[in-house]
Amino acid sequence: MAERKIRVLLAKPGLDGHDRGAKVVAHAMREAGMEVIYTGLHQTVASIVNQALQEDVDVIGLSIMSGAHIPICTKLMDMIKEQGIDNKLVAVGGVIPNRDIPALKEMGVQGIFPGGSYFTDIVEFIQKHAPGR
Amino acid sequence: MGVATYIKDEKDAIKEVVLQSGIKVKPVYTPNDLEDIGFDYQKDLGDPGEFPFTRSIHPLGFRSRNWTTRQYTGFGTPEETNERFKLMISHGQTGLNVAFDLPTQMGYDSDDEMAEGEVGRVGMAVDSLRDFEIAFKDIQLNRIGSGLTINAVASVMLAMYQSVAEGFGYQKAEISATPQNDILKEMVGRGAWIYPVEPAVRLIGDTIEYAMKELPRCNPVSVCGYHIRESGCTPAQEISYAFMIAFAYIDNVIARGHSAEDFVGRFSFNLNVYGNLWETVAKFRAARKLWARLLRERYGVRDEKALFLRGIFGGGGSGMTKQQPENNIMRGAYYALAAALSGAQTTALCSFDEAYTIPTERAALLSLRTFQILMDEIGLRDTVDPLAGSYFMETLTRQMEEKILEEMEKVEKMGGMVEAVATGYIQREVGRQAYEFERKLQSGEITKVGVNKYTEGVDMEVELHEYNDEWARLQIDRLRKLKQERDSHAVSQSLKALEQTARQKKNVMPCLVDCCKSYATVGEMANVFRDVFGEYKEPGIF
Repeated sequence: MAERKIRVLLAKPGLDGHDRGAKVVAHAMREAGMEVIYTGLHQTVASIVNQALQEDVDVIGLSIMSGAHIPICTKLMDMIKEQGIDNKLVAVGGVIPNRDIPALKEMGVQGIFPGGSYFTDIVEFIQKHAPGR
Repeated sequence: MGVATYIKDEKDAIKEVVLQSGIKVKPVYTPNDLEDIGFDYQKDLGDPGEFPFTRSIHPLGFRSRNWTTRQYTGFGTPEETNERFKLMISHGQTGLNVAFDLPTQMGYDSDDEMAEGEVGRVGMAVDSLRDFEIAFKDIQLNRIGSGLTINAVASVMLAMYQSVAEGFGYQKAEISATPQNDILKEMVGRGAWIYPVEPAVRLIGDTIEYAMKELPRCNPVSVCGYHIRESGCTPAQEISYAFMIAFAYIDNVIARGHSAEDFVGRFSFNLNVYGNLWETVAKFRAARKLWARLLRERYGVRDEKALFLRGIFGGGGSGMTKQQPENNIMRGAYYALAAALSGAQTTALCSFDEAYTIPTERAALLSLRTFQILMDEIGLRDTVDPLAGSYFMETLTRQMEEKILEEMEKVEKMGGMVEAVATGYIQREVGRQAYEFERKLQSGEITKVGVNKYTEGVDMEVELHEYNDEWARLQIDRLRKLKQERDSHAVSQSLKALEQTARQKKNVMPCLVDCCKSYATVGEMANVFRDVFGEYKEPGIF
């Protein structure tokens, strides 16, 4: 039986509308054979968690350019724990300074991909770390 | 990031150059090239200041007037923004370019749940007229023009600007504001939309119609090819999409019974300067020529001044890199040179730290100095359109013109820009190209210094503009105090009038001015529109 495709929810939390990065990464993941569900803009953390549940995804990817990655990720990690879906792989991309990486890792965000990250690195990371792989 | 594709042989000699717009550049151009395109000085160029304005909209170019520099400024509280405005003016900046925070851009007050963590982060927070009174204190609003970088609620902010100026004792006839006010490009690129396409375009029509009657020195719309280019389109598409967007707004106002002649002269454009130097200069020359010609052919506009392609040509955000960020200082200088050679009237430059943060004071000043060095030291004011007559430049300008028309034709076939955006055609096209570009960059087919070539050394740690929780607290306190002090009856009356007017699809601008003057909040006004118009849903683009 063919292996089930990795399902990724790619989300744009918050008010920032710069989605070039998110759309480009969505393309790259599709090219790599993943199923990508893109949330569209202006999502609340609650609606992202809800969509992750509904769509039964393996991976939640967040694209954040506004600098608000710490509060957004904190909220998301708390909510997926509450919902009992903290087995999902969480990754974040965008404008992320190095000094924030330890704090993100600490809260359980496993993949951190600042602007300029290579598609191959993102794809390989997901293929390796998605639950059940 | 906008560089051409180069095909080289094994000895590193360039075999082929393909510009982003899809034009191949030849190694040598001669008089034969001009003959091949049937180059005609009068028809193709005309003297500077004369139809079709390819060379310049002013007869003497930068000799008669230096360019206006408008660095994008605004952060945190209105108090801090006011200080930065004054600083930039004291250093010789001649116009303001106001940045608003995301809650303001999206029509939420600072105390709204949706505003959490965003108050003052990427621009100044504005909840009510009280904030504008602080931000523009001691700024001579009859002398300094202001760009207002806001779209979905641009109508609200234009009304707010009129209100603050009148409160300071200026006449509305003497103030000059340029709200960005281009919602179609938000739907393609930058994403700060609220309302569905149709009412959103109507709001823009309202501002244009109102400005025509009441605000003679305001440019009610600044059509932005800039952000669509940033989102991934080619330079030729940037111009064609911007023009098609402008036509959508023009058609809305014409449908109200006005003549294009009476208002198109107020349109301005925000266009991007980065990438290949020659393609950039040719793009602007072709754009000036086409805009004048199309307005004449399509709308029968006679008044020559109404045919000027005016605007802010600058920026270059996508050209800047987070890697080796000091390289961006040099990039910025070359982009500024391209803007000067293109005959920009107003310009702004992304600061070298803008790839990762809101510009620091030092970086914003360096950008300003870059312009000043070009104009005051190295001779860019000497003569108009110095590249005119070049075999290469004239051939390329003609080719760009053809490419732009080709792309416009595609949108025209879709039924125009409103349709092409509503169905997601433009978004798909732009997204696909952004992916292709990124792929080529990662595979090394396109070179970016410090990113995929010459990557050794000099990386710098990214430092984000420090976000201050205090901003939100201050704004929310001020908002709470305002709500206690203002005449709540006047507020609810003005909001009620706004709602009725919006439902009747009449021009909402006079009501918005009343709302602003009664200290209704941005969120309250935006919510009236949310109730009446509903909210935009993005078309699926994958």
